[in-house]
Amino acid sequence: MTAWILGSIAAAAALGALMWRPSLAETAPLDRAIFLPGVTTDGHYQIEIDCDACHTRGFGGREAMQNACMDCHATELARVDDSHPRSKFTDPRNADRVALLDARECVACHQEHRPEITTTMGLSLPTDYCYRCHADVGEERPTHRDLPFDSCANVGCHNFHDNRALYEEFFVEHRDEPDLRPVAKIRWADLPRSVESERRPALGPDDHDAPSTLPELDRWVADWAGTTHALAGTQCSDCHRDASGAWSDAVPVGNCGTCHELEQEGFLASRHGMRLARSLPPMRPGLARAPMRPEAAEETLDCSACHGAHDFDPREAAAEACLGCHSDDHSLAWEGSQHAALWREELAGETRAGSGVSCATCHLPRGADPRRRSRSVVFHNQNDFLRPREKMIRSSCMECHGLAFTLDALADPQLVETNYDSPPRAHVDSIHYATVLRWALEERDPPWADESASKGTDP
Amino acid sequence: MVLAMVTTWTLSGCLSSEEKSTLIAPRTMADALHAVMESDRTVYTRQVVNRLTKEYEVIDASEHWKEEPTLPLPSQMFRMGAERVAAQDAGFTYSLLSSWPINKQNRPRTETETAGLLFVAENEDQNFYAEETLGGLRYFTAVYADKAVSPACVSCHNEHRDSPRTDFSLGDVMGGVVIRIPLDQ
Repeated sequence: MTAWILGSIAAAAALGALMWRPSLAETAPLDRAIFLPGVTTDGHYQIEIDCDACHTRGFGGREAMQNACMDCHATELARVDDSHPRSKFTDPRNADRVALLDARECVACHQEHRPEITTTMGLSLPTDYCYRCHADVGEERPTHRDLPFDSCANVGCHNFHDNRALYEEFFVEHRDEPDLRPVAKIRWADLPRSVESERRPALGPDDHDAPSTLPELDRWVADWAGTTHALAGTQCSDCHRDASGAWSDAVPVGNCGTCHELEQEGFLASRHGMRLARSLPPMRPGLARAPMRPEAAEETLDCSACHGAHDFDPREAAAEACLGCHSDDHSLAWEGSQHAALWREELAGETRAGSGVSCATCHLPRGADPRRRSRSVVFHNQNDFLRPREKMIRSSCMECHGLAFTLDALADPQLVETNYDSPPRAHVDSIHYATVLRWALEERDPPWADESASKGTDP
Repeated sequence: MVLAMVTTWTLSGCLSSEEKSTLIAPRTMADALHAVMESDRTVYTRQVVNRLTKEYEVIDASEHWKEEPTLPLPSQMFRMGAERVAAQDAGFTYSLLSSWPINKQNRPRTETETAGLLFVAENEDQNFYAEETLGGLRYFTAVYADKAVSPACVSCHNEHRDSPRTDFSLGDVMGGVVIRIPLDQ
């Protein structure tokens, strides 16, 4: 009996030690993984051993879980002008729709630990879910009358959340654009706001304030002296300091964000940085589900993993750094693509700046600073520009390509694999549908009527 | 003011019948909420949109204000407020609906909404009040006439290609503001 009691206490103590959150940083991931009730989704497995990230309170119920979802995803949903916000389902006038699909909580469509019913984008509902509220779509959209409901979310048609490039007005406005714009050019990013507001004199090799006892100091100083950091007056101690202000050989997580606030915020929200945001050991390619180079398995992902330690070169971080780890078909095909050829020409100075297309051009794009839109910044959360692929339409693709070409290219799965090395073979009807509706509303013949009449065809 | 009213209404669920007798009635609360909404909307329409777009001509107002540096239309401003209130679970909801909406999502969806919009269209100086049950919960629902207060309201609706009605005049009832207050606390 005594042995049974002691054994129970010992087992409880062991479980408690595993569950105790502060031990996460030191505990091997597999220790906590034994509590997982099922395989986590591709977007969450990176932090799956931090149960508290989602299960914030043991008995907090669904509300606590919903709050946890929003803690991480609310910013992006607001940024993309979510087409189906929670408020749409809490409105009493939509109570009949909620009875069909209770989307007041994210888990209604995105159940976790249920791999047997989970499809792309972490969706755990059958893909024809749109019919529950939009079964009568054919009455207002004759073009949609015979379309199957599992095709609503096809590439180039609709998304549940992000439809910034998928609405009738936008389709009609951009319907006649050429495949390639006359001046195809990616915007350049401005300096961080903190640098602009606090102009410091440029620093040279003799101006550094690093301790003279450091090994390889001369090499590091030489690397730093040629960078934008030195030109902007950023001292060694601006990065190499701990919370007390004392010198630190390692750059603590968070120091980069002193100047690069928006960039760090994006990084910590991304698959690359989300473990650091939860105070877990940094993400490593060896932990990833996507194919990675074996030799990079133990690399740790922080800012310097892509940007280097002292010779910061954003051009290297834009492609070379990515390919140092990623080895999936899409990534490997980039080097043989026209996009990459343009990138190499740009790096060699053979063509104008902004005409090349790197990995970052599409997945960590430049765009208007949400805090001051006249400025341009680099968004560092690649999750926001990855899937669904339409997320990249306005941020990247349309900087160089017309909308029709873009939709067709993104809808061609083979082109995704080969990194867009040839013209698209798929065709998306969205622009056609929008145009039919627009001209019907205006009681005019569609723009191709004359052409089809002369050819004797029915468009 | 709105926050104080909402707080009072929410607290009413925790109070005794004697204490409740001193609290505000749903109809009074709805009328007061509507007074705030209508006033704010009129001020925005006249003192911001009309003044800056028509009098000073320094900026345009556009339904595509997110795409370009323009002002949101008054109806869009109104709906943004409604969405923020809904996101807070503030104890009431409101919406701007019409029997002739540009966006079909804003047409009446319940029997009370349909009856209320019809009533205020025919009785523009009266409000419509009713109780309805939605999703198993009872609501006090009030509908108030929404009139064209500026030429911009009329021209936008009459000229918009998605508008099902194009003969509005200044002062016409174009739709209604629907306020819902839950009765089952």
